[in-house]
Amino acid sequence: MKKYILLTFFLGGFGWLWAQEKDNDSILPVRLNEIVVIGRGNQLHEKLDKPLATLDEYLQRSGTVDLIKRGSYAWEPLINSMSTERTVISIDGMRIFGACTDKMDPVTSYVEISNLSEAQIQSGQQGSCHGPTLGGAIDLKRHSGEKASMGFSGGILTGYESNAKQRILGGSVKYRDSSFYVLSNITYRKAENYQAGGQREIKYSQFEKINSSITVGYEFLQNQLLEASFIFDEAQDVGYPALPMDVSLAKAWIGSVKYAWAPKKHWVKHWETKLYANSITHFMDDSKRPDVPIRMDMPGWSDTYGYYSKIRGNKDAHAWTVNFNGFYNRSLAEMTMFSNNPNEPDMFMYTWPDIRTLYNGVFVEDVITLNCHQTLHWNLGMGVHQNRVNNDFGLASLQIFYPDMPSVNTRFLKSVGTQFNHHWNDFKLLLGAGYGERAPSVSEGYAFYIFNSYDLFDYIGNPNLKNEKSLETSVGLEYQKSSLKMQFKSSYFRLLDYIIGIPQNEWLPMTIGAQGIKQYQQLSYANLWHNQFSWEFKVLPNLRWNGQLVYSLGTDSENRNLPFLSPLQYRNELQFKKDDWVATASVLGNATQTQYSPFYGENRTPAYAIVNLSAGYQLRWEKQKLQIQTGVENVLDTFYATFADWNNIPRMGRNIFINLNFSFGE
Amino acid sequence: MKNSIKLIVLLLISIGTTSCSNDSENTLVNELGNLKKIQEFTNATHSVELYGTKTTLIQGHNEVFLRIKDLTTQQYIQNANMSWLPLMHMTMHTHSCPYSPITKVANKQTLYKGDIVFQMAQNETEYWDLKIDYQINGEEYSMTQVIDVPASPKRNVTSFMGTDNKRYIIALLEPTHPRVALNDMIVGVYKMENMMSFPVQDGYTVKIDPRMPGMGNHGSPNNVHLSQSQTGDLYKGKLSLTMTGYWKINLQLANASGDILKGEEVTEENEASSIFFEIEF
Repeated sequence: MKKYILLTFFLGGFGWLWAQEKDNDSILPVRLNEIVVIGRGNQLHEKLDKPLATLDEYLQRSGTVDLIKRGSYAWEPLINSMSTERTVISIDGMRIFGACTDKMDPVTSYVEISNLSEAQIQSGQQGSCHGPTLGGAIDLKRHSGEKASMGFSGGILTGYESNAKQRILGGSVKYRDSSFYVLSNITYRKAENYQAGGQREIKYSQFEKINSSITVGYEFLQNQLLEASFIFDEAQDVGYPALPMDVSLAKAWIGSVKYAWAPKKHWVKHWETKLYANSITHFMDDSKRPDVPIRMDMPGWSDTYGYYSKIRGNKDAHAWTVNFNGFYNRSLAEMTMFSNNPNEPDMFMYTWPDIRTLYNGVFVEDVITLNCHQTLHWNLGMGVHQNRVNNDFGLASLQIFYPDMPSVNTRFLKSVGTQFNHHWNDFKLLLGAGYGERAPSVSEGYAFYIFNSYDLFDYIGNPNLKNEKSLETSVGLEYQKSSLKMQFKSSYFRLLDYIIGIPQNEWLPMTIGAQGIKQYQQLSYANLWHNQFSWEFKVLPNLRWNGQLVYSLGTDSENRNLPFLSPLQYRNELQFKKDDWVATASVLGNATQTQYSPFYGENRTPAYAIVNLSAGYQLRWEKQKLQIQTGVENVLDTFYATFADWNNIPRMGRNIFINLNFSFGE
Repeated sequence: MKNSIKLIVLLLISIGTTSCSNDSENTLVNELGNLKKIQEFTNATHSVELYGTKTTLIQGHNEVFLRIKDLTTQQYIQNANMSWLPLMHMTMHTHSCPYSPITKVANKQTLYKGDIVFQMAQNETEYWDLKIDYQINGEEYSMTQVIDVPASPKRNVTSFMGTDNKRYIIALLEPTHPRVALNDMIVGVYKMENMMSFPVQDGYTVKIDPRMPGMGNHGSPNNVHLSQSQTGDLYKGKLSLTMTGYWKINLQLANASGDILKGEEVTEENEASSIFFEIEF
């Protein structure tokens, strides 16, 4: 171990690697853009110190996003401490829904960092462009063919991480000429069980996955583009140590066709229409676990077909956007329990009884430049959301609880948001407010005995829930002067008709070991307060100090703490950059979680701090480049778990990584 | 000319009579629908056919359909007055079981029906027979024959002595095709007055607690205990089944005052009641 550390220091020295002005690198992510005002132009490009990190590790750097970890793979993103029922996660504007009743497959698990150019994170009602949301939205944007280099380009990437012995291998090939481009990409990852601090092996945390994508674009006539894109992602044998089951297979097919028009001299700046379809298959099984009271298979399927047509234009001081969008989703999940008694048959039921969701809506946004230092931004959204229980078996199951329940339920959702920006001298002030509504999720409305291993309850959905609503206000202050940049943002959400599971004592649970049944019900309100403070200080021309502090508070109408509230989180990073060298050293951690929620199954998470080091070097020839990145995460091999780790599953101990990226043509 | 007319008339008559009888034969056969033949009883003058939803009688509740045919005319009789007596011949004694009178099926000409609850199945030495008495146009007739009553694969009838020292029988009628749903449940509750008489027991309550012994003995929500809407009726309630598989419907019989005459509550220590039904689907 010690030898490795010394070697790293020797190799790394203290130099900076990245200073890429081009944003067309196929491997490394370009920027982490926390959007406060829509329509920011090209930004300072910031790269991760570990380019082949999973997308989860990348999103974690955001002050607005936390990640709930159930295994070493596929973490569920929280935006402003709100989970996926209250947020919208999209891939290039395409809506996509997981096929797992236990949230083992968030949308982020179906894309690889190597095919993304950025993850656009928007808070609250600013994020309602692609669908109704309360907490915000993450749009994962893939590489644009229009920004690829002419001719052939591409690269090979390979990496190794010592802790879980993760091997990464991938490659990309791109071709572009004046009217045509093809981008293709493939990445393979395989990891064994990882070890927490003190060499404690976390069993059932292995995974293996392959992700491939291809995009073909054709620019015809003047400023018109037709593009077709396809992603195939398959993961096998994925362990979830925090849960009682693993995933034998998770497969996604994501395809789209897009037509875009970007006229030069027209009040329409850009008009993009896309049709898409995605299909997710997810099989849970417990065959690898030695000791289960009863064996079960839990397959799930989620298919989504959708469209959007987004027009952006300018007129005088207005920069407006209109987005018509809609989708149709089918969510189906079953449970088959294998009888321990050979004389008895297997037991079968639907946990998601074939729920169809149809949504059509429109979103309008306008950014008005009031004068040279003030802008006013407003948006408005509305849509019709309809759910249907599509099979008789499923409807009869839910009618055990709700005898008069109809099979169809239609809702009208609306949202409005506004933000005012004021620049003066080196300061920028942001004031925002908004109101939004959302429909209950498939689980919240229609779950049939879905076991939650966090609080040990079986959950029953409630088709009679009203829309959940949110009133939000936010204030932000930014200061930027020569070598110092600071940002502070505070958002307060008042959620009305807050949907949460409430124990129902007269119903007996089904899952062996469950404490009882919770039915999704509504509390009159809940409060959430999310704060983040970050800074960037150029200590020396080649040395930069970045930092971030995050703190959240939240209570429900019974004055209980909400779950998954971030205790004080801090991150301190020193970055040294010179010529082709890069090095970073960072310390990050949490204070003790005092605002935890026993009602929601949480316990007190102790404080922790970890140290990460990395260094990298870039070699350049004419049109070729080799980037070497290496480092040690959790140098001190600290044993720790965070507030967002399901069932306190500990995080990785010391991990030494090396990434090699060879690229050509760029 | 006369001969031809006679011939034509004869021809018409023969066509008429034969076609008529064909028609009546067709409607009579159609009255059975999907019913299956169980057995046929004969005496010198008539034959009685027994039908049901399955090809055999079985332990537990049976809905039996009957047709009676005049052996001479080969016609099914539409105005017979029928009654029956099922008897089990055991080594030590003979006893009957709960049964209903035989009635004509509404809107049918030749079909009769009645219900019998066989509380036990036959074995190598003990058997059931059925005595059918009937009256046609004032004339009395009778026939008796051994019937086959095999054991039911899943328990659908239970016979026991209550804490009041009376014997009772509870038989499951519905659901016959259980689903994952809140199923309509129907049972018959009978008391034993003597070896021959098992009338309906009125005014009691049958409490149900369905469990899955193969899965941690979990239960289901929103079951409705069975009760009568009026005296003489069957008992009705709701049976909640949340998944397919093997279920044990634990029973408790409560009298009009609410005292439990038989059956225990399912708890952590007590896995099942002493009286129960089984459903598997």
